[in-house]
Amino acid sequence: MKRTSSLEDLQFSRRAALRGLATAAGLVTIPGALAACSSSTSSTSSAGSGSSSASTGTSRGTISFGSNYSDPAPKQAFAALVSNAKKATGVNIAVNTVDHNTFQDDITSYLQGTPNDLATWFAGYRMQYFAAQGLLEPVDDVWDKIGANFSDAVKSLCKGADGKYYFVPIYNYPWVVFYNKSTFTQKGYTVPATWDDLMTLVKKMKKDGLVPFGFADKDQWPALGLFDILNLRVNGFDYHIKLMHNQASYTDSQVTDVFNHWSELLPYMQSGAAGRIWQDGVKILEAKQAGMMFQGTNQVAAQYVTDGKKLDDLAFFPFPAINPSYGQDYIDAPMDGFILPAKAKNKDAAKQVLEYIGTGAAEASYLKYDQWDVAVATGAQVPTYNSIQTASVQAMANLKGVAQFGDRDTAPPMATALETAILKFIANPAASGIKPMQSSLASQAKSIFG
Amino acid sequence: MASDANGALVVTHDVARRDASRRATPANGGRRKRSARRFSRRDILVAVAMLAIPVLADLAFIWGPAVVSVALSLFKWSGVGGLHARSCIAGGLFPDNGCFTGVQNYHEAATNYPPFWPAVEHNLIWLGVFVFIATPLGMFFAVLIDTGLRGNRVYQTVLFMPVMLSLALIGIIWEFIYSPNYGLINTVIGHNTNANLIDWLGDPSLNLWAVLVEASWRQAGYVMVLYLAGLKAVDANLKEAARIDGANAWQVFWRVTFPSMMPMNVVVAVVTVIESLRAFDLVYITNKGTNGLELLSALITNNIVGETSRIGFGSALGVVLLVISLIPISVFVYQMFGRRGAR
Repeated sequence: MKRTSSLEDLQFSRRAALRGLATAAGLVTIPGALAACSSSTSSTSSAGSGSSSASTGTSRGTISFGSNYSDPAPKQAFAALVSNAKKATGVNIAVNTVDHNTFQDDITSYLQGTPNDLATWFAGYRMQYFAAQGLLEPVDDVWDKIGANFSDAVKSLCKGADGKYYFVPIYNYPWVVFYNKSTFTQKGYTVPATWDDLMTLVKKMKKDGLVPFGFADKDQWPALGLFDILNLRVNGFDYHIKLMHNQASYTDSQVTDVFNHWSELLPYMQSGAAGRIWQDGVKILEAKQAGMMFQGTNQVAAQYVTDGKKLDDLAFFPFPAINPSYGQDYIDAPMDGFILPAKAKNKDAAKQVLEYIGTGAAEASYLKYDQWDVAVATGAQVPTYNSIQTASVQAMANLKGVAQFGDRDTAPPMATALETAILKFIANPAASGIKPMQSSLASQAKSIFG
Repeated sequence: MASDANGALVVTHDVARRDASRRATPANGGRRKRSARRFSRRDILVAVAMLAIPVLADLAFIWGPAVVSVALSLFKWSGVGGLHARSCIAGGLFPDNGCFTGVQNYHEAATNYPPFWPAVEHNLIWLGVFVFIATPLGMFFAVLIDTGLRGNRVYQTVLFMPVMLSLALIGIIWEFIYSPNYGLINTVIGHNTNANLIDWLGDPSLNLWAVLVEASWRQAGYVMVLYLAGLKAVDANLKEAARIDGANAWQVFWRVTFPSMMPMNVVVAVVTVIESLRAFDLVYITNKGTNGLELLSALITNNIVGETSRIGFGSALGVVLLVISLIPISVFVYQMFGRRGAR
């Protein structure tokens, strides 16, 4: 999922990338002396890894780290993580930051060209897709050491389709319904638990002159989140994943059901979504012109902080239950983390850094500067959590299944096709258009996966 | 812009040659024989080198990639790993990769790719708006300014300003103007509340026209400058003579100025067609060429660049655009060279 689409970034990122590469290259060529010095002064050592790197003769060496944490806040958090990783492992790390969207757009050629020794990426199918093409290095030996720190659900998201590990996570965040506490208190609204409650609430909000749901889809992926949650609520986790993996058909009546629910909700969602960036959508919620907004904490809470608003008034609840047999058991909670490209040069040192990152302490050092994501290590102690983060932990504690996100759970071209279809549906939600859209999606799925 | 400059160069050069050959017509036959004898070995070597280098560069950087695109368009390929002669296998967790599909990509594009036909339509609309509105408007501005009306230098500067901005920047500037809740237009006309807002760039029935306003804003200034240069070169005596004979402004333009500017008219026509076919920047900046702003160039990019990585499919779309581009190119080449050869 893409967070920002800043236009200046689009313009200058390539140059920035080149500059970054040049810097990284410069650092790599510094003779081993410096690196050796830093490792000898640092007394911490990851058990057992010393011997393997010693055999390469460059001590623990230097690695380059490709990062798409290009916005100021994540960049700062990432810098803190890297500096702690340096201290803990003795590996010298040169960070190469690339604009978020550019990094994602270039991923295929990046991984095939001269990638960094470690890179930021996303868990689940979106990582498995590249692992299956042989572009990622398995990190099973890292997981032998860090495995105890994570739950089975997290572990399965870090494995490729071949069962090997290819990913080490850092944090995740839930997609939930945000609202301002003051609005709810002032108007006497209550948090809806079911679809009927929700429909009553949105009608009331509309009568009170509010936009019930702030909605922005210019970047095309935000609406995919709503598709996911409706599908998870109506048809459950297993069906959703089957659909994403092309093991169920878009012509199924289950999918019709999802879009029927959406049609019911659409009149209560902000109009003009196709031309609005999500940042502006959040601003409508900040201004209390909107009652609610369905999005990730990584966007809404982050935007509140960016805009200098206090997070005290912001709260959220999980999307209301639709089908009682699935309740509120599932959610989209995208997990971010790190991959080791198959073409990395200093894999031993990179694995040492991954061993450090796969700990609760490392996650806490990152989250000290991040006010919206939460740790994924079991029992991670993060004293800096705010109310949103504490609520996120609670919201995800008792889930029976966690999906990643539409564009992380399916093949990239299929996500694009689905996004395009959804945009068209938002512009023209007529019931007569749903069936043709479904058959078009199904035949596109056939051509993409076929 | 290189192509425009090239186009202009080719044309003026060609006109000059045509004039030269016209002047030389009486002695044509004799001259040719004489000149053939005058080429020394060194001349021939130089001529061969001057021909060979551009031809090789053309093959390596233009026709080579074009042929490779045609080949790639017959495969299904994510850009990773090699290409194989085997046919594609369906039903895996991941899409099959590097397999031969024949003309399937073209078939998919035409029958099973919703943005394709809208893109073709939008490319045609784009061409139509440029040919019938933006370019005539630029010519009109040029003629007006050429009459020397008061403050013409100011107008000239103002109208030329957009041409100096990159298209990406123009897209960003207009995004501020069109923004639904906070934009200039909606704020001024009072359509910025959620109940009545006009979603200029998001509404698929509006946004193509909104972007065409941006594009025309620049195209008109561009054509104006080209045309103004041409107008300055028209002999003022011709116009004056026509006026003395009692022609009105309309007649002076269409009967005297326009025909005497034929070379410049061809340049403007070529520039207009090129600008329409290569339209890309504005829609890509606005929404990456989706949701009402589909253009063939944007669809190619969206499939080849980025995570989507449908290289084969994107190449097929590229071949379609290549074939479409060959039509005006062929017409132009025929106009410039073919007719003269026949004469």
